[in-house]
Amino acid sequence: MPGELSALQLVFTGDPGLYAIVRLSLLVSLTAVLLAALIGIPLGALIALTRFRGRDAAIVVLNAMMGLPPVVVGLAVYLALSRSGPLGSWGLLFTPQAMVIAQTILVAPIIAALSRQTIEDLWAEYRDELAAMNVGPAGRVTTLIWDARFSLVTALLAGFGRAAAEVGAIIVVGGNIEGFTRTMTTAIALETSKGDLPLAIGLGIVLICIVIVINGLAWGARWAGERYAA
Amino acid sequence: MFHVRSLTTALVLGTFALTAPAGAQNKSIIVSSTTSTQDSGLFGHLLPLFKSKTGIDVKVVSQGTGQALDTGRRGDADVVFVHAKSQEEKFVADGFGVKRHPVMYNEFVLIGPKSDPAGVKGSKDIVAALKTIRDKGAPFISRGDKSGTHAAELNLWKAAGVDIEKEKGPWYKSIGQGMGAALATASAGNAYVLADRGTWLSFRNRGDLIVSVEGDKRLFNQYGVILVNPARHPTVKKDFGQQFIDWLVSKKGQKAIADYTIGGEQLFYPNAEDAGA
Repeated sequence: MPGELSALQLVFTGDPGLYAIVRLSLLVSLTAVLLAALIGIPLGALIALTRFRGRDAAIVVLNAMMGLPPVVVGLAVYLALSRSGPLGSWGLLFTPQAMVIAQTILVAPIIAALSRQTIEDLWAEYRDELAAMNVGPAGRVTTLIWDARFSLVTALLAGFGRAAAEVGAIIVVGGNIEGFTRTMTTAIALETSKGDLPLAIGLGIVLICIVIVINGLAWGARWAGERYAA
Repeated sequence: MFHVRSLTTALVLGTFALTAPAGAQNKSIIVSSTTSTQDSGLFGHLLPLFKSKTGIDVKVVSQGTGQALDTGRRGDADVVFVHAKSQEEKFVADGFGVKRHPVMYNEFVLIGPKSDPAGVKGSKDIVAALKTIRDKGAPFISRGDKSGTHAAELNLWKAAGVDIEKEKGPWYKSIGQGMGAALATASAGNAYVLADRGTWLSFRNRGDLIVSVEGDKRLFNQYGVILVNPARHPTVKKDFGQQFIDWLVSKKGQKAIADYTIGGEQLFYPNAEDAGA
């Protein structure tokens, strides 16, 4: 089968192997983004709204962690989850859960750093108003997160982009096992190493299309939210 | 942000529901193996046969031989299936593996550009060919990744009386990557490269590369399979792992290996009965 056709054929013939790969890619990356959001948004809000010693250093470190090299994170998670590592008894190495853990670590700093900036900017705007209304700390956090929700979607999308695109971490902790931990990006890496460049490019195009669709959906949700929520 | 919590719960539960039963109910083992067995398509041929007989899912993590053995040493695989006899014997001697079983061999071939700048095309003497490549400074790509193929290449340089660490020049490039990447690099730079025939035959992006040297006995590449020692790592699934090994060296398994061809060419030659292999 000529490679130029094969990737497209896989898509249009509804190849179950390809769908399993796409489904796993989305499941892993979306779960990682949501877990990272649950960690990152409150953390970003906390740093935005509090003043403490070493806050500037914390912000610098957080911003720098947006650039964590995936392969290093993968290796660290690998060593932790290995049977010979501290969390070996969990038996999670070479599973999708391990991939979620690695991607959560990669994505959380991105969401935290972008949320921190967004919420801090909004805080400057709302500070006097919230103080005048006598809103407590918890109320401030929820108000700010709620009013920043459309901007925070961009932070989530940045995190999703990172998760969907990376291969270094998940190939190390997932093992690229066919039918079990093989995702779009690890499949692309494999086909490249096998010299099947047309199939690799075809899979890459499929991946890019999926990312565009996800971003389109998020944009649509934001548009609908702004139009009808107000 | 309305349903963040329920969505998260659904996704997290979904991931775990999707994957947890695979470990809990289904029978499965993890085999750490080499890129050559995976990339050549051999596993795609063998594993469905084995599964239909035993119901055991074999999850293959394909790595270089060095990394595959390390995965076994750490207890992260149940079985290792690699090709570097001395390293395998050390693995067993060090107590990480139970016993090494010879399974099959395939053949390395020296791949080179059609233009053949070193003039070694058609030779049956790999050692003489390597000497000529060194003498003429013809471009050569080394895996450089501690894989079985890399180990074989180093042994061949040694056999040729070349101390490659000292004598390598700009003509010798160590890329630290897998077989496919090495072939692609050789193709791009019209260089020579040592490859296993299986990966070569299934490699699509050949450019001007052809087989330059083949058929030398020193190019035979023996594969062995080892159960990771359950005494060392109690989590090893020794029963399923042993079933896989027993099947590989059985008449049926050996025949399945011999039956695998690409374009009519047999890639792997079973030899489990050869105890010295």
